[in-house]
Amino acid sequence: MTANEKMAAAELKPLQMAIQEITYREAIVAALREEMRRDPKTLIMGEDIGASGGPFKTCQGLYEEFGASRVRDTPIAETGFVGAALGLALTGYRPIVEIMFADFLGVCFDQIANSIAKHRFMSGGRVKTPIVIRALGGAGLRFGAQHSQTAESWLLSVPGLKIICPSNPEQAYLMLKAAIRDDNPVLVLEHKALLSTKGAAPIGLDDVAMPTGPRVLRPGRHATIVASLAMVGKALAAADRLALEGIEAEVIDVQVLRPLNVSPISDSVRRTNILVTVEEQAPTGGWSSDVVADVVSQAFDFLDAPPARITLPDHPLPYSPHLEDSFIPSPERIAATVKSLL
Amino acid sequence: MNERAAGNARASDGAAAALTDEDRIDLLRTMIMIREFEEQVQRSYLEGLVHGTTHLCNGQEAVCAGVAKALRDDDYVSYTYRGHGQCLARGMDLEAAFAELFGRATGACGGLGGSMHLTDIDHGLIGAFGIVGAGLPVAVGAGLSAQLAGRKQVSVCFFGDGAVNIGAFHEALNIAQVWRLPVIFVCENNLYGEFSHILHTTPYEDLVIRAASYAMRTELVDGNDVLAVYAAAAGAVARARDNGGPAFLECKTYRHRGHSRTDPAKYRAPAEVEAWLKRDPLSLYRAELCAAGLISESDADRFTIEARSAVKAAADRAAAAPWPSLKQDFMAKTFV
Ligand SMILES: Cc1ncc(C[n+]2csc(CCOP(=O)(O)OP(=O)(O)O)c2C)c(N)n1
Ligand SMILES: [Mg+2]
Repeated sequence: MTANEKMAAAELKPLQMAIQEITYREAIVAALREEMRRDPKTLIMGEDIGASGGPFKTCQGLYEEFGASRVRDTPIAETGFVGAALGLALTGYRPIVEIMFADFLGVCFDQIANSIAKHRFMSGGRVKTPIVIRALGGAGLRFGAQHSQTAESWLLSVPGLKIICPSNPEQAYLMLKAAIRDDNPVLVLEHKALLSTKGAAPIGLDDVAMPTGPRVLRPGRHATIVASLAMVGKALAAADRLALEGIEAEVIDVQVLRPLNVSPISDSVRRTNILVTVEEQAPTGGWSSDVVADVVSQAFDFLDAPPARITLPDHPLPYSPHLEDSFIPSPERIAATVKSLL
Repeated sequence: MNERAAGNARASDGAAAALTDEDRIDLLRTMIMIREFEEQVQRSYLEGLVHGTTHLCNGQEAVCAGVAKALRDDDYVSYTYRGHGQCLARGMDLEAAFAELFGRATGACGGLGGSMHLTDIDHGLIGAFGIVGAGLPVAVGAGLSAQLAGRKQVSVCFFGDGAVNIGAFHEALNIAQVWRLPVIFVCENNLYGEFSHILHTTPYEDLVIRAASYAMRTELVDGNDVLAVYAAAAGAVARARDNGGPAFLECKTYRHRGHSRTDPAKYRAPAEVEAWLKRDPLSLYRAELCAAGLISESDADRFTIEARSAVKAAADRAAAAPWPSLKQDFMAKTFV
């Protein structure tokens, strides 16, 4: 057996769990591959995801393993293939679709908000709608205003959807697997700037479940910082800086935007008495507004300062590099905000 | 008014010739049942049992009845807010249909869907779409499902003439054609989208022109001739089952009533309405079966009376059903 063959043989035993240091991109591919092996009713559709492995290589190798009928290149027709996912789901399949840039969710908004999100409800619960919509969003790559949004705010207010936001390879892997097994539509917002970041993930783990709320990534007793997607890394970096000055910040990854469970965040604030949220979205109508509102309702007496929301400015994302960088919340800004509240 | 459609499918396709006498009578009874159902919906509305709005299909019964006759139980059907006829033609339980329109717990969707969203997966009724054109991509997905499953099922998608101007229509036809999916697109061209005549919104009246630009097989059908509809559908379905790809059937028809409950349809010329009423699909077909000696006038009257009392009894039972409770009936089944 050559080394390659040995690797291939090992890969075919999905239940053998091993903690591996992998990239966010590899975590996505691994989750897709394992779930597609596990359930022959799964298939994935998207633009250029077949032989070419996807514009962001998030489907690398799937076409070779599962073939053209389960790894389907689609026309440039987001309404068409996202709508088709509903037809597949209603008739016994578990479709996954890739939206090349989250910005393009706008093109199929009706299918998601009016058809996919409501069909199970309108049928009185008599149909299942196991659909995963993966959308790659996020700023920092100089892609300009139409290719840089995370699109977190867009579908936040739509009952009937679950929305998850993986911020590291482990979550990208575990949450995507759980999403594929879910009988409800799940929107997975992935971040382009995270694709090459590395981390440990329990590859091969079969016992996965959809998280029911946010996750504490770093404990601390002086302030609570809540962030999503690429902002989680910025918040962790801010906590590192603050630690040098003896300030222990607790960093919470919101990870599930819908249904949003704020109680664990309120619990944290009851201990730290300070709340800062960091969101890569314009300020109006974002998840952090809900987090702040709920924390104020649930833990008002425990707050030592007004909660602070760090967001993008209320504009589309600019192209010019230093302007784009100035839009994106930095660890320095997060740390300074925390200190200003202490 | 139907010169271009008249005789088209019937002459070109022998499919209707294969129907037994029983099948032919059954088609009439389906159309009568749909007509009587819609009339009862109107009465029940006046009694305060039906809420909101409804979009009745009186005058268009031949399309849903004719197409349904060409289908197997395991085929998939999607339709619009004007979808009572499709549901009944596929065998939806009358009481479940009324209970849904009445918003009761025993409704086809537990009272959560209503007139515009009748769904019944057990009869392959995958959904009614209230957003114009939205059902077409979903039907394409059901067609892909059928192709992958390899059991020679087809997916049939009903929509109106207004839907051909929305993007979803184009995306769906294109995907169905490039993937050669077993999808039958059935356009019920009733000449109006809400209150607008088709030529006010679309540059031509024959919508097969549009489908042909996707290199799709098309057929112009007299939608008020149930046997012509059946023949066209049977042909398209047989081809699709045989991996022959999708088809587009344009059924020329006319709604007898307004667009929805509140529409008196004053925008239609009386002469036009009168001409179409003379071509009422139900009267035409009833006369045809009587002339052929398959049934007598009194048989036909009996069918109508039986249908009327069946819908009345179903509506009465539905009206006695309990209201749904979100907690018990629903939350247990779906997530929040
Ligand atoms: C996207 C969208 N736009 C507008 C409407 C409002 N609307 C409901 S039915 C209708 C007319 C549709 O006409 P047609 O497709 O010919 O179907 P018909 O009602 O004649 O059966 C309109 C404009 C809608 N439901 N969806
Ligand atoms: Mg119309």
